[in-house]
Amino acid sequence: MSIGITTYGVYIPRYRIRVEEIARVWGDDPNDIKKGLGVFEKSVPDRDEDTATIAVEAARSALQRSGLAGVDIGAIYVGSESHPYAVKPTATIVAEAIRATPELMAADYEFACKAGTAALQTCLGLVAADYIKYGMAIGADTAQGAPADALEYTAAAGGAAYVVGKNHVIAEIEDTYSFTTDTFDFWRRQGEQYPKHGGRFTGEPGYFKHVLAGARGLLHKTHSKPEDFDFAVFHQPNGKFPRRVASTLGFSQQQVKQGLVVEKLGNAYSGSSLIGLASVLDVAEPGSRIFMTSFGSGAGSDSFTFRVTEDIDNVQGQAPTVAELLAAPIYLDYALYAKHKNKIVL
Amino acid sequence: MREVAIVGIGCTKFGEMWDKSFRDLFIEAGLMALEDAGMSGADVEALYGGNMSSGIFIEQEHVGALIADYSGLISNSVPSTRVEAACASGGLALRSGVIAVASEYHDIVISAGIEKMTDVGPEKAMDALAAAADREWEAAVGATFPGLYAMMARAHMNEFGTTREQLAQVAVKNHYHGSMNPKAQFRNRITIDAVISSPLVADPLRLFDCSPITDGAAAVILVPAERAREFTDTPIYVKAAAQASDTISLHDRRSLTSIDATRIAADRAFKTARLQRSNIDVAEVHDCFTIAEIMAIEDLAFFEKGRGGPATLAGETAIGSKIPINTSGGLKACGHPVGATGIKQAVEIVEQLRGDAGKRQVEGAEVGLTHNVGGTGGTVVVHILAR
Repeated sequence: MSIGITTYGVYIPRYRIRVEEIARVWGDDPNDIKKGLGVFEKSVPDRDEDTATIAVEAARSALQRSGLAGVDIGAIYVGSESHPYAVKPTATIVAEAIRATPELMAADYEFACKAGTAALQTCLGLVAADYIKYGMAIGADTAQGAPADALEYTAAAGGAAYVVGKNHVIAEIEDTYSFTTDTFDFWRRQGEQYPKHGGRFTGEPGYFKHVLAGARGLLHKTHSKPEDFDFAVFHQPNGKFPRRVASTLGFSQQQVKQGLVVEKLGNAYSGSSLIGLASVLDVAEPGSRIFMTSFGSGAGSDSFTFRVTEDIDNVQGQAPTVAELLAAPIYLDYALYAKHKNKIVL
Repeated sequence: MREVAIVGIGCTKFGEMWDKSFRDLFIEAGLMALEDAGMSGADVEALYGGNMSSGIFIEQEHVGALIADYSGLISNSVPSTRVEAACASGGLALRSGVIAVASEYHDIVISAGIEKMTDVGPEKAMDALAAAADREWEAAVGATFPGLYAMMARAHMNEFGTTREQLAQVAVKNHYHGSMNPKAQFRNRITIDAVISSPLVADPLRLFDCSPITDGAAAVILVPAERAREFTDTPIYVKAAAQASDTISLHDRRSLTSIDATRIAADRAFKTARLQRSNIDVAEVHDCFTIAEIMAIEDLAFFEKGRGGPATLAGETAIGSKIPINTSGGLKACGHPVGATGIKQAVEIVEQLRGDAGKRQVEGAEVGLTHNVGGTGGTVVVHILAR
């Protein structure tokens, strides 16, 4: 029996700030930044948006696409590193907003940028074991980059919701594999506003070690080669890392192109690879195979292979696409950006 | 005073060695050197370890005891001494070992250099390196290390017409040499354009004008010359181990475009060795920044003052020329684990003189020179090595 994604939804705030504008304030050379990071602009939440509102919008978009109702959802897990509350789940806010309450399982997840895909694995398990008919996994973030830190150029906002089920599956989840270690590449202590990171340590011992091991692990487990797939999606903290890891693994730049959203979006943290996946599902044809590896600092990766079904034709175009959400942005200057992100105490 | 020979060498790969600690690196280099000399640790009578800033980089002092302990030599209660002269710590460790053997105090000595720089972020690393300058009058008032060398570069360009392209060629040549060195941090070849368009660090110096942050260790084994053949068929003799000091701060120097301590240490070395500049077949010089190599080859009198730039651009310091400079890739491409560099330079020259330098081999090399600078020139150590 087929099991997999039955619907998905994305939300990206409309505001943007360009690399040039951030560089102007801090005296950086914008060309060096764009060349070094492969990012041109990033999304910025409105003053009244946060991870909860983004998660709700993404969830509503998923339901709108498919015709499922909130009451059909048996579990909601929201993964983020910017949950509005340290104690009081985002998942229940979403559940109430989409009228999924009260008969459902719910909890929040944290695993840096891969909390959303961890939630996806949990839903997969619950559905496969027939504990629930449909489970919703959301990855959403309003990431904070400390002023003048390199991360300020990429820390963005956005989220995606995925519903897993056995009926009307649009993309089968063929298999999944995770690679997890205790690695201090990037962290934020309870009570701290901004995360700390290990500089260059976040590269090879962080992102590359876990994404390479995770991807190779799943390729090995499924007896697959990169050529077997039509699309590949990787976690996108910048424009360089996913391209380099794809190349190292043997995927072509053509395979990763559709799923690369970071240049205009920035790094949506828990939303990153899930929004990349959505960008692929927006255009994928029945029979396509998709390979995805997410990455979360701390550290670990979740890998999946998907096979798109005929049912995708029923849902494409039924809700905003990633391309539509990235079009018609409203650009902010640094002052408004700082106000939006509550860096100016009002 | 008796002559000293190098009978064993060891050097780790240089780079961001995330999985190797300070002690891992020392043990690796030390064991390689002992194996090369066919010796056991029990033969060693004294250790000299060059290291600039373990206190800041890994919050560890007392590294003399640490390296004796972790090398397994502590069972002999070996005297173990850490020496420091900023980026010349390695050269100083070599000279200290040479003096110990030459003065008949010890027969078998290891001189090593170690630096583990990647356990701290870039800001802390920069601050640690700024301690090579005058904290009070340079670092604390805003001068960074690249900033000081940038001033030297600007002055050299004004005074002698040294060009942006000539500076860049130092990095291009060293990357070319590094591409043939399996131990080098950077093995990619680069172009003048790539150097000139790399991010600005301190005008006129760009990222690719600057040596990187690196982890690494190197070690050599020193014995009296008369005992050298007990350990190797290719002993390399230390013909001179000279050192000179100058003011710590750049603004107190006689000149911005010359490191006098280089000239003085070199004169002392050539006098002791009874050799001429023209006897040198290959040299490792201190290219912490591209301008530093240009000044070095002038101050060492391989080229006339002001000609370092044109000579480099014309290829007169690449392998195949009369005086190949930095066949290891130099600090720029091989990497610059600060305290290790001075010893690595000696390892490279020994390999050249033994004929073991592979693709980097300078044909028929018989005499080599190492040049190691601390800070902007407050300390310079020059060694001359020969077959």
